[in-house]
Amino acid sequence: MKKTMYEKIWDSHLVVDETGQAPLIYVDRHLMHEVTSPQAFEGLRLSGRKVRNPHSILATMDHCVPTKNRDLPIADPIARKQIETMAENCLENGLNLYDMKSPNNGVIHVVVPEHGFVHPGMVVVCGDSHTATHGAFGALAFGIGTSEVEHVMATQTLPQKKSKTMQVVVNGALSKYASAKDIALAITGKIGTAGGTGYVIEYTGSAIRDLSMEGRMTLCNMAIEAGARAGLVAPDEKTYEYLKGREFAPSGQYWDQALAYWKSLASDEGAVFDATITLAAADIAPQVSWGTSPEQVVGVDGLVPAPESFTDEIKRKACESALAYMGLTANTKITDIPVDLVFIGSCTNGRIEDFRIAAEVAKGTKVAQGVIAIAVPGSYHVKKQAEDEGLDKIFIEAGWEWRDPGCSMCLAMNGDELTKGQRSASTSNRNFEGRQGKGGRTHLVSPAMAAAAASAGHFVDIRNL
Amino acid sequence: MEPYKKHESIAALMDRSNVDTDQIIPKQFLKKVERSGFGVHLFHDWRFNDDGTDNAEFELNKPAFKGANILVAGDNFGCGSSREHAPWAIADYGFNTIISTSYADIFYNNCFKNGILAIKVDKEQLDKLMIEISANEGVRFIVDLENQQVITPAGNGFSFEIDPFRKGNLLSGLDDIGLTLKHVDKISAYEIQHKQTYPWLWA
Ligand code: SF4
Repeated sequence: MKKTMYEKIWDSHLVVDETGQAPLIYVDRHLMHEVTSPQAFEGLRLSGRKVRNPHSILATMDHCVPTKNRDLPIADPIARKQIETMAENCLENGLNLYDMKSPNNGVIHVVVPEHGFVHPGMVVVCGDSHTATHGAFGALAFGIGTSEVEHVMATQTLPQKKSKTMQVVVNGALSKYASAKDIALAITGKIGTAGGTGYVIEYTGSAIRDLSMEGRMTLCNMAIEAGARAGLVAPDEKTYEYLKGREFAPSGQYWDQALAYWKSLASDEGAVFDATITLAAADIAPQVSWGTSPEQVVGVDGLVPAPESFTDEIKRKACESALAYMGLTANTKITDIPVDLVFIGSCTNGRIEDFRIAAEVAKGTKVAQGVIAIAVPGSYHVKKQAEDEGLDKIFIEAGWEWRDPGCSMCLAMNGDELTKGQRSASTSNRNFEGRQGKGGRTHLVSPAMAAAAASAGHFVDIRNL
Repeated sequence: MEPYKKHESIAALMDRSNVDTDQIIPKQFLKKVERSGFGVHLFHDWRFNDDGTDNAEFELNKPAFKGANILVAGDNFGCGSSREHAPWAIADYGFNTIISTSYADIFYNNCFKNGILAIKVDKEQLDKLMIEISANEGVRFIVDLENQQVITPAGNGFSFEIDPFRKGNLLSGLDDIGLTLKHVDKISAYEIQHKQTYPWLWA
């Protein structure tokens, strides 16, 4: 039988499949951060269980960490406690932790690929919905809850329901400055935030093959925003090239063996998907979200939609309340929307490529009057690489703040946040009400768009730059 | 998890419908790093006055209900968010049994994951129980999971339905992890084969 990549990974990880019970699948890699793990560790302790395979775990601290004045104690006592608890739990269980002081520290989904910890064909979990990021390597990677974190620590397995498969085909070339982020937003706009529910998405087509590994990570990262359990891209030469030589990548005698396996993973020619969606890359204008859900997006050359333009009653109501929250009037040109704050960072767009392209746009410009612009590298490695390339200077000269790594304004748990009514251009992944601070208004965009908005003070059609 | 045993206990009454998880455990307690210790915050906003003293008006603060293991509550108990902190708080407070007409789905699942028996009864039956408790606060019910029965002094006892799988787990005290660990030999065998097929993952 011809199989999709998802089915191949699923089949090779089935440990128990008995009727009347959810199939049990094996977990190769378990990623952790400070927010969703403490109760899982406590559960283990209370039940007298042990971590079954400490080597399968890589942990970091990212959600609550400050992005400036890192040498001072964390001001928020609850955040400080979470950080301390993480350190104690990792120490007690012999886990590899990149703590706040480590040169390897950063956002979990940025750090993990940097060290080659995830390979094609693996099953990867994390108590975090953006675990989907690692699908860029052809690994089945998805988010889990706290009880499941404990389950995986204790058993190295997880009861799981098999997903349906969806193929998203994107062919052709993107326009200037359009990026993986725009593809991700355009897909979410097209199928909606529930469009992928019950599915694992495999991204295929020439536009996907043309993306760098960073771009594929951005794309898979947002599979969850379209409701999918996970996103996948078949591994290819770019994947192998990226992994080669990294700390946890196979080496020596194992490299060829691993490579042969990885090459067998792609979906078989003629394998059947439960659903297929097609987009033309050339049609994807740089995207800007206008509402409070990632599906509420439009091309930068478009207008804020009017509620009446939606025939679906629920969508019409959603539009009405989003416009009220966002303080926007229907039919406003997207390029007329002013911004107060610009954020480049997060596990969606906090990688070196993102800062390169943003720096290219920011070079020689000045941040507009009244706008605050902050650049938060996804990891210390990204930060260092950017500094080696002189990108930090470009940002600083243009009036940006150049910070230490962390989740920062992506979810505003560390003190970096919008105040009520402030409007951001943000390269993160969610624009839910209050996500970046109570009453804050978020527009999701690509790094290039964010950089252009910082200097113009409003959104700009970057294709004309 | 402790195996669920047949027991006799005070039945506390909460004559309210749509008790949501925000009420069960308000959000200011979600940043805690522990799973235990949520019991003191159960129903916090109802249970305590602004100055932190017990709110004498709140039903669970009635002396007659102290030490109850059984909670009898109105329709649609546990609606709202999926936070597992809600059943953690309920169990930590001391309840191991809830009786209501209906529960929110996720909450219902989470109860069984945390050793709580959530019993569904029809409206008429619930009303009888509520009347019996109101007339005699501090009344003790017997819950017999094995035989799927609740027995009350005034004869309002009833039998209830429960999924055999959930019942088995409660009786044996096996949580999801315990269940999976029944397959530990298969997991070990899988790992041996896994090491042979993908040795680089273990290098
Ligand atoms: S950067 Fe944002 S989405 Fe990514 S892990 Fe941190 S909080 Fe979650």
